[in-house]
Amino acid sequence: MSLVLERPRMPGIAPLLVLASVLVMASLVILPLVLVFHDALAKGLPPFLAALREPDAIAAIKLTLLVAAIAVPLNAVFGVAAAWCIAKFDFRGRSFLLTLIDLPFSISPVVSGLVWVLLFGAQGLFGGFLAEHDIKIIFAVPGLVLATVLVTFPFVARELIPLMQEQGADEEIAALTLGASGFTVFRRVTLPNIQWALLYGVLLCNARAMGEFGAVSVVSGHIRGLTNTLPLHVEVLYNDYDAVGAFAAASLLAGLGIVTLVLKTALEWRHAGDLASGRKH
Amino acid sequence: MTDRAVPNPIVRVAPYRARRSRWKEPSILPGFPLAMGITLTYLGLIVIVPLTMLMLRPWELGLDGVIGVLTDERVAAALKLSFGLSFLAALANAPLGLLIAWTLTRYRFPGRRLLDALVDLPFALPTAVAGIALTALYAPNGPLGIWAAKIGLKTAYSPLGIFIALVFIGLPFVVRSIQPVLEDLDHEVEEAAQTLGASDFQRVWRVVIPAITPAMISGLSLAFARAVGEYGSVIFIAGNLPMKTEIAPLLIVIKLEQFDYAAASAIGAAMLAVAFGSLIVLNVIQMRFARKGRV
Amino acid sequence: MAGSTDLALEIRGISKAYGRFPALKNVSLQAKEKEFLALLGPSGSGKTTLLRVLAGLEHPDEGEVRFGGEDFLALPVRRRKVGMVFQHYALFRHMTVAQNIAFGLTVRKASERPSKSEITDRVADLLSLVQLDDLGKRYPSQLSGGQRQRVALARALAIEPKMLLLDEPFGALDAQVRRELRRWLRELHDRAGVTTVFVTHDQEEALDLADRVAILSEGELIQLGAPNAVYEAPATPFVFDFLGAACRMPGTVVGDRLTIGDWETQASKGAPQGVVEVFFRPDEVAFAPADGAGLAAEIRAVAQRGPDVRIEAMVNGQLLELQAHGPTLPIGVGEGLSVRIRPMRPQVYAAS
Repeated sequence: MSLVLERPRMPGIAPLLVLASVLVMASLVILPLVLVFHDALAKGLPPFLAALREPDAIAAIKLTLLVAAIAVPLNAVFGVAAAWCIAKFDFRGRSFLLTLIDLPFSISPVVSGLVWVLLFGAQGLFGGFLAEHDIKIIFAVPGLVLATVLVTFPFVARELIPLMQEQGADEEIAALTLGASGFTVFRRVTLPNIQWALLYGVLLCNARAMGEFGAVSVVSGHIRGLTNTLPLHVEVLYNDYDAVGAFAAASLLAGLGIVTLVLKTALEWRHAGDLASGRKH
Repeated sequence: MTDRAVPNPIVRVAPYRARRSRWKEPSILPGFPLAMGITLTYLGLIVIVPLTMLMLRPWELGLDGVIGVLTDERVAAALKLSFGLSFLAALANAPLGLLIAWTLTRYRFPGRRLLDALVDLPFALPTAVAGIALTALYAPNGPLGIWAAKIGLKTAYSPLGIFIALVFIGLPFVVRSIQPVLEDLDHEVEEAAQTLGASDFQRVWRVVIPAITPAMISGLSLAFARAVGEYGSVIFIAGNLPMKTEIAPLLIVIKLEQFDYAAASAIGAAMLAVAFGSLIVLNVIQMRFARKGRV
Repeated sequence: MAGSTDLALEIRGISKAYGRFPALKNVSLQAKEKEFLALLGPSGSGKTTLLRVLAGLEHPDEGEVRFGGEDFLALPVRRRKVGMVFQHYALFRHMTVAQNIAFGLTVRKASERPSKSEITDRVADLLSLVQLDDLGKRYPSQLSGGQRQRVALARALAIEPKMLLLDEPFGALDAQVRRELRRWLRELHDRAGVTTVFVTHDQEEALDLADRVAILSEGELIQLGAPNAVYEAPATPFVFDFLGAACRMPGTVVGDRLTIGDWETQASKGAPQGVVEVFFRPDEVAFAPADGAGLAAEIRAVAQRGPDVRIEAMVNGQLLELQAHGPTLPIGVGEGLSVRIRPMRPQVYAAS
């Protein structure tokens, strides 16, 4: 391996450190990724494709897309509204609000599912009411959406708030002095300034929403073809010792992860100036 | 002649606008009520109400009941395992994260950018996928597990397997926390240390390490908090033997399957409290460091 | 003095506090049609707050602002039609220079909005007015500081403002660009014929540019007048000090006689009686031989700095730094020598 050092210092140690880093990354991150695709294709392409064409797999894919399609826009709207308040205005309790927004990051995914069972489960707060009116939330799509929304709650807000704080409100105020209405200011000044960070946040939010396992596993009930999202489908097949099927489904999710990573990296390179400074590599 | 400003004999004019509520500094930007309304409503429905439920539900067992649940042999073992291994994993991530962040910021080598991007893979890869992949990799007959088995190490289906999974998910938190600090670290400070006669080791140990310590602590605390609650990537590799390799989140699932909501929420609330508490403690330590490190 | 007929801007009794901190205390002033008014003061003097009140970005706790007879405070920012140039320009970073300038026109209601071609023409006119003809397609990040400043000005002028407000317009520029732009801005003002209020902490800038200067300190208006008048007769020691280098000596006034140290002279008309403080400019001093009239001074050091001579002298037990214009030294001045100095235009203030 040819090494070009930024500064010719510690020349003896540098290759060793690089090698060590690559080894750590390989054993923890790269090999597992490779293994997913390897095992998915272990018996060749036809079983792989068959596993993805199975009705349960297709239902799981559709359900995953549906849940993300509801959860992500909700969190995006919330993220923009929260960032507008926190970054452009000064009010008491601002940092407390920020802490509350971050809270879901420190909650176990399992707890993020559990809380909805406590509210809407058979013995939950509203369990009796829901049973009476024959409304299903837990072990049904609404529960999956709620669990996903809670897990991915801070993603968009977290990308927008630091960026909008950096940008300040000068441009918006200038636009007001030039005669623009509030909505025009948002549409023509604020939104273009945050579009890439918004996309970045949506990207991460979506990746997590589609890949969430712990929270949805608690509220799903694992009903094949009905409430199994793709990650749950992976689990079911894996526990059935259907390695090819499990890894085939997993490879779809891994693909999602890779695409997310590529787009994210591209955003970081191409639009570094339009992301919050913590994202500018 | 100067026309000096003579205080005008002015009739006091009524204030332009009634004094606004005290909690908000007046700003001329519009949209605050609407945006705040959306924020608080959504935050309340999605986060506050459900978490309040979590904190309230255990008490239907009474204080003794809650203590009983948490001191139950199996639960205590699971909590100990989760917190202990999360702590060890965070500790292991300190040198590993520093190694990778250092390599990525200080050296230029082929594939550096790819390696840099891959650091985020544990963020981007769905946890269930990571879980089955790590399991297959470190299983006794897996590509890496087979080597570990040869030296007598059981990786998958043992605490060591859980540890590996927790290191996996914690790594990006640590790398991404210290990487920007290493990048911004003033070269002149390091060079100054050298002109003052510091050896390479002294330069790193006495200049670089103190500079990244606050970021390192914050990265480690994030990694720790995430590891405590982690489910997907651990559950497959853990083996899930009661008292041995059963993690706390799994116990919540088990209690739920027994419809023991109160016990499940007691464990959940305890985990949340400890995770949150440790975050606060670490924040305080970090603030100390930050204050000390301010130039 | 401002007549009442051509008054454009009337500010009366404006007070504004941030919490317990009073930013403006009962400030009143007027500006005439097409006047160029400077708000001058150190930081924290309230000058920027006053400008922001005019723009509608702050609401005063008390007071009244009228423009052309209209109650300005009742209008929200967007209806005031003031062209505001922000200290850091606040250009829209994702819009080109041309789009920045056109913004104020394009956000108008459809019924009031000029047609596309009219907007294009107007932008072209403004670009040439601010001498940036070829830069319409650039983005703000591709411009120098001085160019950004001019774009900000063109953007503010595009809405045909009733009043132009400039917040430290040269604050973010280096000294060279600053001086060039200053003259240019004055010309632009004269051509555009808009009432202009600008904020600065640089007394040279204010005296050089403005028709009248309003000097603020700690939220109060201290003095308002033409640059020359203000400079010649500062109303308070603060103004004297703020407008340039100052020497300060204690003295007494009895009747029409002023005594400083061992020197007695005619007091200026209307000088306060009793213990006073005498201020004079370090370069407005006449030197005389040791047996002449004036304050006894011992020359401690003489340093030639280009066209100026800096003279350190011990006067009345106080070390003063005086200035003389070179290249030759005033007669009798030399290190270690005794001379007499006579402030040519001392200002006398009652001792505080």
